[in-house]
Amino acid sequence: MEFLLVQGLTGLASAASLFLVASGLSIIFGVTRVVNFAHGSFYMVGAYLAYTLTERLSGPLGFWGGVLAAAVLVGLFGALVEAVLLRRLARAPELFQLLATFGVTLIVQDLVVMVWGPEDLVGRRAPGLSGAVEVFGQLVPQYDLFLIALGPLVLLGLHLLFRRTRFGVLVRAATQDRDMTAALGIDQKRLFTGVFALGSFLAGLGGALQLPRDAVNHLMDMQVIVEAFVVVVIGGLGSVPGAFVAAAAVSLLNAFGILVFPAIAMVSIFLVMAVVLVVRPHGLFGAPPPVGHPQPTVAGEPWRALDGRERAAATVAAAAAVALPFLVGDYGLTVASEILIMMLFAASVHLLMGAGGLAPFGHAVFFGLGGYGAALSATHWGASMAFGLAAGPVLAVAAACVAGWFCVRLSGVYFAMLTLAFAQIVWSVAFQWVEVTGGDNGIIGVWPEGFAASARGFYWLSLALCLGGALALRAVVLSPFGYALRAVRDAPARAESIGVGRFGQQWFAFVLAGGFAGLAGALFAYLKGSVFPANMGVGMSVDGLVMVLLGGVETVSGALVGAVVYKALSIWLLSATDMSKLVLGALIVTLVAAFPAGIAGSLALLRPRAEGARL
Amino acid sequence: MIPTAAEFGGGGVMIDRRSFGAWLAAAVAVLAGGAPARAADPIRVGEINSYSGIPAFTEPYRKGWQLAVEEINAAGGVLGRPIEVISRDDAGRPADAITAANELVSREKVDLLAGTFFSNIGLAVSDFARQRKILFVAAEPLTDAMVWEQGSRYTFRLRPPNWVQAAILAEEAAKLPAKRWATIAPNYEYGQSAVKVFKQILSEKRPDIEWVGEQWPPQGKIDAGSVVQATLATKPDAILNVTFGPDLVKLVREGNTRGLFRGRDVVSFITGEPEYLDPLKEETPEGWIVTGYPWQAVGTPEHQKFLDAYKARFNDYPRLGSVVGYATFKTIAAIVERAGSLDTEKLIEAGRGVEVDTPFGRIAFRAADHQSTLGAFVGKTAVKDGRGVMVDFVYRSGADYLPDEATATKLRRPD
Repeated sequence: MEFLLVQGLTGLASAASLFLVASGLSIIFGVTRVVNFAHGSFYMVGAYLAYTLTERLSGPLGFWGGVLAAAVLVGLFGALVEAVLLRRLARAPELFQLLATFGVTLIVQDLVVMVWGPEDLVGRRAPGLSGAVEVFGQLVPQYDLFLIALGPLVLLGLHLLFRRTRFGVLVRAATQDRDMTAALGIDQKRLFTGVFALGSFLAGLGGALQLPRDAVNHLMDMQVIVEAFVVVVIGGLGSVPGAFVAAAAVSLLNAFGILVFPAIAMVSIFLVMAVVLVVRPHGLFGAPPPVGHPQPTVAGEPWRALDGRERAAATVAAAAAVALPFLVGDYGLTVASEILIMMLFAASVHLLMGAGGLAPFGHAVFFGLGGYGAALSATHWGASMAFGLAAGPVLAVAAACVAGWFCVRLSGVYFAMLTLAFAQIVWSVAFQWVEVTGGDNGIIGVWPEGFAASARGFYWLSLALCLGGALALRAVVLSPFGYALRAVRDAPARAESIGVGRFGQQWFAFVLAGGFAGLAGALFAYLKGSVFPANMGVGMSVDGLVMVLLGGVETVSGALVGAVVYKALSIWLLSATDMSKLVLGALIVTLVAAFPAGIAGSLALLRPRAEGARL
Repeated sequence: MIPTAAEFGGGGVMIDRRSFGAWLAAAVAVLAGGAPARAADPIRVGEINSYSGIPAFTEPYRKGWQLAVEEINAAGGVLGRPIEVISRDDAGRPADAITAANELVSREKVDLLAGTFFSNIGLAVSDFARQRKILFVAAEPLTDAMVWEQGSRYTFRLRPPNWVQAAILAEEAAKLPAKRWATIAPNYEYGQSAVKVFKQILSEKRPDIEWVGEQWPPQGKIDAGSVVQATLATKPDAILNVTFGPDLVKLVREGNTRGLFRGRDVVSFITGEPEYLDPLKEETPEGWIVTGYPWQAVGTPEHQKFLDAYKARFNDYPRLGSVVGYATFKTIAAIVERAGSLDTEKLIEAGRGVEVDTPFGRIAFRAADHQSTLGAFVGKTAVKDGRGVMVDFVYRSGADYLPDEATATKLRRPD
């Protein structure tokens, strides 16, 4: 019994730092609607800065002063990111800021290694709190008790800030109704920058406070960002008390879960989120979004057929693609095949994001399952490649039927996060079920056969399947079903009243998108000769979103352009430089700032202007 | 600060980042109809590693192979030809490693492949090499599958497999009086196989041992306080640890504060490697039985020579990665020298049984499974002047711990 109590204290201590990070993220999202991917970077930079400052300064004042100063510096950094970069994107589609903050994350990842070196850094222990006290015969670190006390104190501080200060009142007002707040003459720019500073400060503080119990390293950002998102969503978007309860619940469940089933730690947090979202679609403390303010996820003109010039451009591009094997060597062709596969994957993501208005954060699960379907049928049954290419999408479709049935009941970020939960749960199965999937060592020896064994043959195959798939998806978007899908996106109530139900349309779109992602994944398995759990990991899902957003979410061609640009850049940069993340991040940030509607979207916006000039 | 390619340019090492010159050379070669190799044409080695994924290991590793290549080329190269390294980052992702391997083989026309850190990347590249029929000298991947279940005639592996680390440590563990053992290992293939083999060998030596608890924190995401507390609850006499990197730091800090290690024996995989020991500084736990690399005190003439050269060249001390990088390229030189040719079949033939002089002494690559006999140091951790060091250590050769070649042949899949 005493032991369980101490284990509970341990869980609460872990909850404290998670709460700090998550509350910052929640406040930022609540007010600015920015899905801030860079929040993990703020946390990491906070830890690194705190290390440097506390090593320089001495004594208790030096330690606590250093921790606080690090958090303040991170707050300033966050404000800078908002003012310089995100403010430019105020009118861009909602998720576009995700792309910008993703670019910042890439830059920071390489920068910290450049500045602080590759080795893990172990900081000082907190002066006066380095030991342990005995609680029921068990030793509990003093620092843990400090963290347990800090969590509620920060919650109280935020409560007072929001209730007792003008800034807090404005933050609450903007969280509830941003447009009305603006209409009342509140300077949104200053408010947003202030909120970003506050949120980043909390992330930096969370990172800095890890100093006495963690090793500062260049992977901290990715470790915390997904968990922070999960906590925010479980608690309910924009709800600080929700984040507090969720952080405590998740940490306690993990602390007790590993007593019964040690391997659960890998997935416990996602299981909790899945259950919470299925039962409460807006998290524990979240409210449904106010009716009457539909958030247009996609701007721009409605669908239209390509005009003459665009038709010509598409024909030239297709002809060039067909002629490619006569122009480049084997390596060029395998890179081109990979780009084609990514184009199909991006197009499948786009079906949900564009016409569906649903951004999936876990779409890679279908890409990965497609690969596993192909690889398992090849290695376990000795199936042919043709069979494998069919088995992959079938497995993906089956999974998408199940996942979609739960996911499309939700919308917005809640939908996004439930797809992520599903992806992470399947990922952990692939990771742990070593007898079947080979665990993290994956399945190797899945090479293409027959005519496709040559780089040229495989390229033809990829071209046929991926371009065919992308065209099929475009046809779907322009079909009556595509229009129905857009109808439920833009006006669910009206669509319902004319007999077009939201659930059915979106579920079907989800399954379709899953199937095409599965086809892309099966091809990818044969291209690489192997599958790994990483094929369905967070990184691959993020790549899918980035490709679509980079190209422009309005049109299928946007997703295709985005895939070509992003994949070609990342392959080339990885080969050409050691600082590939730094350069790629800088390019993404530049592109985002230059083309706030995506590359293809911006070109489309330029078109009428050019035509106007000609007239 | 990561040095740029230009900084590496001096000293006879050539790093080709697909320069204009390479394009020109390739074009000329094509126009000339594939001119036969001249005596001074470099031997092209395609090297892949997780430079941006795990720089704490790969930065010293890169310095290690640079030193080796400089030494080899200064001594006139191999077969009268210098070694040229074309190095690529795989970002820690198997799929990107395959892209890099493909570029190196198809476009850069390298004569052989080398490198890799993570087991899954090592296996993926090994399978690629098998598919493309090119030699692959794996540097670091520890998984047993590399040379046995998924072994390939095209792959030679330098570092001692998990099996050897486990066997060396289990031998020491058997000498301890402890009867109740708990394990803490990262939840992936490396951790799983380390625990499995260690348990198997120790239980054979000591049937009286009881396994009272196991913890499987996810790699890189340990909730150290809970893990320590849960392990304490099983009241073990001794603990096996397989975590490393930031997870190890967190485990040690929580364990120290909560008294987990007080009065208990701890046996720990690779904790004595400077990459993982150095960050712990004064928090290094004392008296752990670990495998590692006590670079300050090895003291053998071959190591001293390496140590002096490394310090002189880089103004830094070597980590284990440095030794791995250095020995990998010494291995490549030895194989090519012995083969007298760059033909893959001749290289494989030469690799079987080749002997290589490394900073840890002479090693050999076994004919049966292409595994080197490189070993590891086993000793105890201690704190000296606020730094973690290894004391009372001995070097154990892999030759004494690997399954004999007949057993290895049975473990290995047929070619």
